[in-house]
Amino acid sequence: MGKLTYRFRDLLSLEPLTADELRFLLDQSKPFQEIQKHPLKKLATLRGKTVALAFFENSTRTRISFGTAAARLGADTMNLQAEASSIKKGETLLDTAFNLNAMKPDCLVMRHSASGAADYVARHLDIPVVNAGDGTHEHPSQGLLDALTIRDRLGTIENLNVTILGDILHSRVARSNIHLLGKFGCRFTLCGPSMWVPRELEKIAPGVPIRCVYKMEEALEDAHVIVMLRVQTERLNDPSLSANDYILLYQLNAERLKRADRGAIVLHPGPINRGIEVTPEVADGPKSCVLEQVTNGVAVRMAILYLVIGGASEGGAHPALEAKASRSKESGHSKSKESANAGD
Amino acid sequence: MLVINNGRVIDPASHTDAPRDILIDGGKIARVAEPGKLGAVAGQEVFDAAGLVVAPGFIDLHAHLREPGQESSETIETGTRAAARGGFTAVCSMPNTKPVNDNASVTRFVLDRAKATGSVRVWPIGAASVGSQGEAISEIAGMKQAGIVAVSDDGKPIATAKLARQVMDYCRSLDLPVIEHAEDVSLAGGAVMREGVTSTRLGLRGMPAAAEAVCVARDVQLAELTGARLHIAHLSAKASLEQVRSAKSRGLRVTCEVTPHHFTLIDEDVSYDSRFKMNPPLAAREDRAALLEGLADGTVDAIATDHAPHEPALKDVEFDRAPFGILGFETALGLALGQLVDAGRLSLLRMVELFTTGPARILGMERKIAGGEPADLTIFSIDRAWTYQVNDSPSKSRNSPFDGKKFKGGPVATIVAGRVVYRAN
Repeated sequence: MGKLTYRFRDLLSLEPLTADELRFLLDQSKPFQEIQKHPLKKLATLRGKTVALAFFENSTRTRISFGTAAARLGADTMNLQAEASSIKKGETLLDTAFNLNAMKPDCLVMRHSASGAADYVARHLDIPVVNAGDGTHEHPSQGLLDALTIRDRLGTIENLNVTILGDILHSRVARSNIHLLGKFGCRFTLCGPSMWVPRELEKIAPGVPIRCVYKMEEALEDAHVIVMLRVQTERLNDPSLSANDYILLYQLNAERLKRADRGAIVLHPGPINRGIEVTPEVADGPKSCVLEQVTNGVAVRMAILYLVIGGASEGGAHPALEAKASRSKESGHSKSKESANAGD
Repeated sequence: MLVINNGRVIDPASHTDAPRDILIDGGKIARVAEPGKLGAVAGQEVFDAAGLVVAPGFIDLHAHLREPGQESSETIETGTRAAARGGFTAVCSMPNTKPVNDNASVTRFVLDRAKATGSVRVWPIGAASVGSQGEAISEIAGMKQAGIVAVSDDGKPIATAKLARQVMDYCRSLDLPVIEHAEDVSLAGGAVMREGVTSTRLGLRGMPAAAEAVCVARDVQLAELTGARLHIAHLSAKASLEQVRSAKSRGLRVTCEVTPHHFTLIDEDVSYDSRFKMNPPLAAREDRAALLEGLADGTVDAIATDHAPHEPALKDVEFDRAPFGILGFETALGLALGQLVDAGRLSLLRMVELFTTGPARILGMERKIAGGEPADLTIFSIDRAWTYQVNDSPSKSRNSPFDGKKFKGGPVATIVAGRVVYRAN
C-alpha cells in the first residue's frame, strides 16, 4: 500500500486507464473510507496546497464532495461557480482557467457542460486537472465511487451483470461505469426509451459485452448491479418524453426488482426524482446504496486529490494509514523507511 | 514573355499527358509545342519545369474569404495568397460575409478588392436569398451582371423547398448554377459532429448522415422539376452520393464536389480538437470509401476545399462552442496526390480534371492549355517531400487538422494571367 505504483498527471476520463490503474485508485480510496468513520477526519497531507474548484455547470453534491475531500486532506479551496463567473461577461473558458491558475492552485477540479472541456483545459494548463463531469462524456470520480460501493457490498467488481437504466445517451455516469467495470469482466445491459439508448452504445468500449434492450423486465433479469440514472430534465432538449410514459415503462419498483438477482444492489448517482425513475420503496430499501455512494464519494475524491497533487512528491505510506499510526502511537510506518522509493 | 520549358503537361480537355513547352505572352498562352520547338526569343523569362507537372490553373469552387466583415479571420489579400500557395488560380468566394453578398454592390466590392489586393482570381458566388435568410430571392440578375458565377446560401441550405424551387426556376432562366449546402437543419440541430459510435463514445451531439441526404433528395427532386443546374457542395455521405449518381443517370443537370478532408479523414479521427470540427462533419468510414469510389468513377465532378478560416480567438474554445470549418487551400493538392493518386485510386489526369475542367464545367466554363487561352497554370511536383506548417501560412487563421503533416508532392508555382503569383523556394 505504501509505494505509489501509478502516477496520475490528470484525471480526465476512465476510458484510457488500465484495470491495474483503476484497481490501484480503488485501493488507494480504501484507507480514506476508514477516515470517514473517525471522530477527527482531518489530515495534514495536503496542508499548504490549494485546490481550485471550478464548476461551470450547476452541481451540489459533487462540488461539496470535492470541497469536503480537499478540506479533510488539509488543503485550501478556491471556488468558482458558474453564476458568479465571468463566463456571462464573455470570457473564454481558457482565459478563466488561466486566471484561476494565476492564483497558483495546485490542482483544478472542473465541471463543465461541454464534453471534452476538461480535456481541452488540461492541454493548456501545467497543473493537474480533475474532471468532475464534462457534458455527456464522463464523470470519473462517480465511476470510481460506484465501483467502490459495489466492491464493498458484493465483495467484488468482477464478472457482474450490470444493468443501467434511463437516458444512457446523455449520461456521463453510464460511460464512466462502462469504462471502469468493463475492464473487470462485467457485462452490461442498457435499458430505456430507444431514443435514449441508441445501438451505437454497444460499441463504445470494444471488448466489453454491452447490449441495449428496451423492455425493462428483460433488462433486470439476473442483474447483480442496477444503476439508475436521473431523468435529466435540464439537459434533455430532445426528445422530451412524458413522465407518465417513462414511469409506465421504466420506473424501478419493488415488483420489477424481483426479476434481478436476489443479492442485487441499486445505485443512483443522485439527485433522485422520487416517484419518477424509482419508487421511494426501492430508493429507501435494503438494496439501495444511495447514501453509501455519497460517503464513498468523499473517500474517492480524497484519493484522487492526494494522487494528483501529492502523489508525485510523496512516496511513503498511505497518508490515512500514517494518520492512524500516529494517532494510535504506533511507529511501524516510518516515512523514512520507504523514502528510497520516493518519487518513483 | 515567359516560357515554361520541359514540363510534363497534363491537359484533361485534350487528354494530353506529354512533355510540352509553353510560351506565354500578354497574359495569354501564345503557343504550346513539343520540347525545344518554340525557339528562343530575346528577353523572355524562362521557367524550367523539368520533373514537374504543368496543369491548367486550378479552380476552387468553394472558399470563404471572410471579406467584407470578418477581416480578423481572413481577407481577400491573405486568403488569395494562401490560395496561390495551394496552386489555385481562381477561387469562388462564398457570400456569407458581413454584409452578405446578396446584391451587386457587395459583389462589386469583392471584385474591386480582389483586383486591388488579390493574388489569384476571385469569382464571387451570390446569396440565393436576401441575407441568406431564406425568405426572399436576392438580386440575382444584378449580381450576375456584376460578376457572380453561381448562387448559394452556403453555411446553410436554402431554407424551404418552396424557395429552393423558386431560386432554381429563376437561375435556370439566368443560366446560373445553384450551389446547395445540403442539410436538414432540424435533423442536424445542435450537432457538432457526425452521429455514430465515436460521437456516442465522446458524448458529442451527432447529426445523422440523413441530415445531408434528406436535403439532397429534396433538391434533386426540385432540379428535376425545374431543369436547373444543381450543384451539391461538400458532399460527405454515401447516401447523398447515390442520389447524385442516380440523378445523373436520369440525365439531370446535377453535379457535386467533395473536399480533401472528407476523402482523407473520418469521424473516428475526431477527439475534442476543434480543428476537426467542420460542417458537414467528418463522415463514417464507409462514406469515405464511397466518396473515393465516386471520385474515381466520375460521379464526383470536382474537388473543392471549403476553405473556412476562423481566427484562433473564435476557434480555440470548447469543441461544442467552436465554429465549423477548417483551412483548405494549401493542403488540398498534397492530400489529393497522396490519398487519390499515390494510393492508386485515380490517374494523375483524373485528379487534375477534378481541380480544373471539372469545376470549370460546373460554372459553364472551359479550362485548357492551348493558344489563345488565359495563361492560368498550376505547376506542381508529384514527389517533392514537404511538411505543412500552418504557422507559415499567409492565411490569418490557423485552424487546420493537417498542421505538421508530411506530404509527397505539392504546388511549386502558380501562374495567373501569365504572372507567377507563387513560387516555392
